[in-house]
Amino acid sequence: MDRVKDLASKKAAVIFTKSSCCMCHSITQLFYELGASPAVHELDNDPYGRQMEWALRSLGCNPSVPAVFIGGKFVGSSKDVISLHVDGSLKQMLMDAKAIWF
Amino acid sequence: MPEASRVDSFCLSDFDQSVGNHLENAVELNGNPVHNLLKVSSQTISPGPVHLGTSDRLPTSVDKGQFTYLEDRLSLLAQKLRSTNQVIIPSCDTENQEWSAMADGSPRTDISTDADTDDKNQRFDGGQSLAIGGSDSSDRSKDKTDQKTLRRLAQNREAARKSRLRKKAYVQQLESSRLKLTQLEQELQRARQQGIFISSSGDQAHSMSGNGAMAFDVEYARWLEEQNRQINELRAAVNSHASDTELRMIIDGVLAHYDEIFRLKGIAAKADVFHLLSGMWKTPAERCFLWLGGFRSSELLKLLVNQLEPLTEQQLVGITNLQQSSQQAEDALSQGMEALQQSLSVTLSSGSLGSSGSSGNVANYMGQMAMAMGKLGTLEGFIRQADNLRQQTLQQMHRILTTRQSARALLAIHDYFSRLRALSSLWLARPRD
Repeated sequence: MDRVKDLASKKAAVIFTKSSCCMCHSITQLFYELGASPAVHELDNDPYGRQMEWALRSLGCNPSVPAVFIGGKFVGSSKDVISLHVDGSLKQMLMDAKAIWF
Repeated sequence: MPEASRVDSFCLSDFDQSVGNHLENAVELNGNPVHNLLKVSSQTISPGPVHLGTSDRLPTSVDKGQFTYLEDRLSLLAQKLRSTNQVIIPSCDTENQEWSAMADGSPRTDISTDADTDDKNQRFDGGQSLAIGGSDSSDRSKDKTDQKTLRRLAQNREAARKSRLRKKAYVQQLESSRLKLTQLEQELQRARQQGIFISSSGDQAHSMSGNGAMAFDVEYARWLEEQNRQINELRAAVNSHASDTELRMIIDGVLAHYDEIFRLKGIAAKADVFHLLSGMWKTPAERCFLWLGGFRSSELLKLLVNQLEPLTEQQLVGITNLQQSSQQAEDALSQGMEALQQSLSVTLSSGSLGSSGSSGNVANYMGQMAMAMGKLGTLEGFIRQADNLRQQTLQQMHRILTTRQSARALLAIHDYFSRLRALSSLWLARPRD
């Protein structure tokens, strides 16, 4: 959990993924499309990957990836991100966290 | 008639010319001599209506006497032929069973008493005596045998006739059943194309067991019906200038009903994701626009913008943003799907394609399959998020618009899909060369 929180605070937009996860690819692409440059951490390529996955689950992230953090705060998985994007909240969050400027 | 001449050459050597004439004039024959025997014998003229299949042609001028006479001659000839192993009797024929029964029931001496029988037959024209095998004159004096033979022949005739009638009725029943089955299959195929499931055995609507695809089709059909009803109610309310409160109630119902179909699709995605992805539960024209198992929200919004005027500045911005957001989300999901496809291809084509198997390769193969299976499993997630996107877009649209505008938007959406469905029906019913 510490590692998760630590990595999440390092950049305005942070996404935890797995290299084999195609939904993660979708969400990451969405962030790029919005002009954000998220930090992407692949759990399957991290030595502490398993513990991190456990930590993400305990935050209520199901499936555990993709797990999105904006401004250090846990936002949710793909479902949450899409919902927030549709009602305009996602963009606002990114702007507030200075991940994007317009 | 080549067929008749074939009969001539094979069977009629034992008959005299008059019988030959009868055969030629009376019945249409095919190439198989034995079949011809059976066929001729089947042209029984009974007191009641004649039961003839379409393949039989019978000149109505032939009288009963002639045919009964022919029958007898032919039945005895068949016995003779069988006993001398000159012909192979076809199997699986109730008529043949009748034939066998007759053959077994009558001793060989029947053949030789045939001419005697005919002499005593009052219905026979002209009283011609006929020869079979040349041994017809030895037993004229034995009355008892003649009577027995007469009776047996009559009984045999009757049994054969009844058997033939039964067989004909049965065959006709089979034919009509087969026709009906073909028609039903075509109907079913047509209905399936339109995405409507027709239950073939009882009501399967509440059981998800067996076939998730079929169960969903049933649910979807029901959902459409209910939606039509709600939309009609909404349309009536709008046309009658109902109050906002009343409109809002109906609109909430419509939106909740949309939630319902997304819920049902979620269940169906677990059971059979490929059925949803195929779009076979939708009509053909709708399938044209299929994206990840449903409609594209961004396209729908583009269509609506023009119909929703007048919009305030804020509303216009809101709708435009919504359209853009849904477009972005759609693109993101599409890219994820592409990545999935590529990943799947790579998985299935990696390792040794086309080389001979060894234990190492088998393990490889199993591993690849396991990985591919895992990837296929993620399809459900994509459909789920696509539906999530549709649901969120509808709800956000409702938030941006006024009550009355929402009502008009929902009507417009329904009308659009209705027309697509109508187009599909027209398309399916179009005349073809």
